[in-house]
Amino acid sequence: MSTLEIKDLHVSIDTEQGTKEILKGVSLTIRTGETHAIMGPNGSGKSTLASTIAGHPRYNVTSGTITLDGEDVLAMSVDERARAGLFLAMQYPVEVPGVSMTNFLRTAKTAIDGEAPKLRTWTKDVKAAMAQLRIDADFTQRNVNEGFSGGEKKRVEILQLELFKPKFAILDETDSGLDVDALKVVSEGVNRAHAEGKMGTLLITHYTRILRYIKPEFVHVFVDGQVVEEGGPELADRLEEEGYDRYATGAGAATIAAASAAAQA
Amino acid sequence: MTDITTEKARIGAPSAQPFINGFTEEGESLSPVNAAASKAPLAGEAVKRHSHGGGVGIPDSSRAGRLTSYKLADFKPLTGMEEDWRFTPLKRLRGLHTEVLNGAAPSVSVTAPDSVTVETVGRDDRRIGSAAIPEDRVSANAWENFTEATVITVPAEVQVDGEVSVLLTGQGTEASALHVVIVAEKFSKAVVVLDHQGTAVVSENIEILVEDGAQLTVISLQEWNDDAVHASSQQAKLGRDAKFKHIVVSLGGDLVRVTPSARFTAPGAEVELFGLYFADAGQHLEQRLFVDHAVANCKSNVLYKGALQGRNAHTVWVGDVLIRKEAEGTDTYEANRNLVLTDGARADSVPNLEIETGLIAGAGHASATGRFDDQHLFYLMARGIPEEVARRLVVRGFLNEIIQQIKVPAIEDRLTAAVERELAATNH
Repeated sequence: MSTLEIKDLHVSIDTEQGTKEILKGVSLTIRTGETHAIMGPNGSGKSTLASTIAGHPRYNVTSGTITLDGEDVLAMSVDERARAGLFLAMQYPVEVPGVSMTNFLRTAKTAIDGEAPKLRTWTKDVKAAMAQLRIDADFTQRNVNEGFSGGEKKRVEILQLELFKPKFAILDETDSGLDVDALKVVSEGVNRAHAEGKMGTLLITHYTRILRYIKPEFVHVFVDGQVVEEGGPELADRLEEEGYDRYATGAGAATIAAASAAAQA
Repeated sequence: MTDITTEKARIGAPSAQPFINGFTEEGESLSPVNAAASKAPLAGEAVKRHSHGGGVGIPDSSRAGRLTSYKLADFKPLTGMEEDWRFTPLKRLRGLHTEVLNGAAPSVSVTAPDSVTVETVGRDDRRIGSAAIPEDRVSANAWENFTEATVITVPAEVQVDGEVSVLLTGQGTEASALHVVIVAEKFSKAVVVLDHQGTAVVSENIEILVEDGAQLTVISLQEWNDDAVHASSQQAKLGRDAKFKHIVVSLGGDLVRVTPSARFTAPGAEVELFGLYFADAGQHLEQRLFVDHAVANCKSNVLYKGALQGRNAHTVWVGDVLIRKEAEGTDTYEANRNLVLTDGARADSVPNLEIETGLIAGAGHASATGRFDDQHLFYLMARGIPEEVARRLVVRGFLNEIIQQIKVPAIEDRLTAAVERELAATNH
């Protein structure tokens, strides 16, 4: 049982116009076996949270903490975080020319496990995982993400999720740009990884569509760098019907207060 | 590293409109000189009438106007101000441009299947001058001073299994001259590897004749010792439907300057020019190539990639592609990419595309020089791969695009190992 704990996280980026605060005090706790969905309109800071957990250098943590089983994640380098068990499925996976998928997957697996995987079982595992995600076998010969379609890139992210077996998976809008078939395939992959019972999932999404296939226990609504509402799966259903309009940007907290007052009345 | 596709400039899609008299799609025809003088792809008429007088000069701004001659005396002494020498440290040429090149030339040892003919011939052999003519003083100096040449002939319709391996071993630091002729006769197919090793101060002319329908790959490896100085003109002349692939790999030597060229003489031919270079502290690695689209419906594709590390590591890439007025239907693309690994290194990159007709299938050029792409690093590190390993993976990947073009497993392995050694020397 592991715990990923985010406490009062403030994150800013440097822009040409100066420093801009994007996350304004986010707190969140995820445990093994749980699935949390983070939903919110564009520009609300969802992806910033994902990138900050992974350690992208663009994002400066100005205050707050992130810990993994009590260990200070913010003190770790990007690769140390991955080896500690955090996995970010990226919104825009990067093409790395000249590095073959085979070489990449084996190098990463070796780094994460601290030892090279046994060649025979590894090759078999990769093949099987690729088949389940309906990725062509010849992808292993191709360079990392190079020339892959949007859907193929996302499937390859989930392939890595299944092979690397992280403690926590952060899925940054993995559903965006996918057609229904691809969405199902990708969701099945996430559910398989989850079903092993050793992983917690943070699912970041703009749409509710993926929640038909991946069932979160907790839903957090993000507006303007803050969690403005939290609840169970029923919150997602409500968002599906009503959208984000009722959370007027910039007045999130006030809107929430009004909304919950109205609900109670 | 910026994405080169953003710089891609594609020109083409000719209109079917008739020309206005005196105008071409490129604008007004100001001078009849270019049209008259741009007929021949090689030597003869293409030679600027420099020493004979009476000829019309082609403006020096065009690549077609470059002086070509077999005579050293036709070339003025170098000052370093010349366009084609402006990046080269002449002091480090160790006399290749000033001395009589009578030192011991690198030994030439050819290992080839029986179907290939290998001869050592004198200066008067008829094949000498069949594919090349010097375009600079150092090349002309070698032409004037070589005593014997190696001629490698792949007979017509012979498909050679395995590669023809030419080992050129330097014999010391006296300035010397070397001459090799490679002839791929009609419909033959072969791979020739020129393997430069040891210590030498040498100017070299490699003539390459790719006859009609022949398919030839020439790989030139420069794995010299640290003190070697090497100037190499490698000129190829292509017949109808010929396919020529040329790969330059420069890793060792103090100063290495390779000037490959490909000239089309009949339609339907294709060239691919690839290059890989890895410059360490103090090394000067220069490559200047020329593709002469002198006839219609030929294709060329150029990709050179370089890595640089250490103080005063200097690389130069100049890519001249000329599409002459007659070369309708040309399809060409050239690109150079450099990866600068440390401070204190310098990469010069100059793609030149000259187009004298708009009736082409496509023409593009691109150049990008950059440091590590942080996005690549982040992606790999986010998968647990330590920074140092990730950097190596990226450089290896960057250069591997060229290595995997070689398709001779033993050489690919050797070069991969050589790149690993270069990388191991990197201090971050």
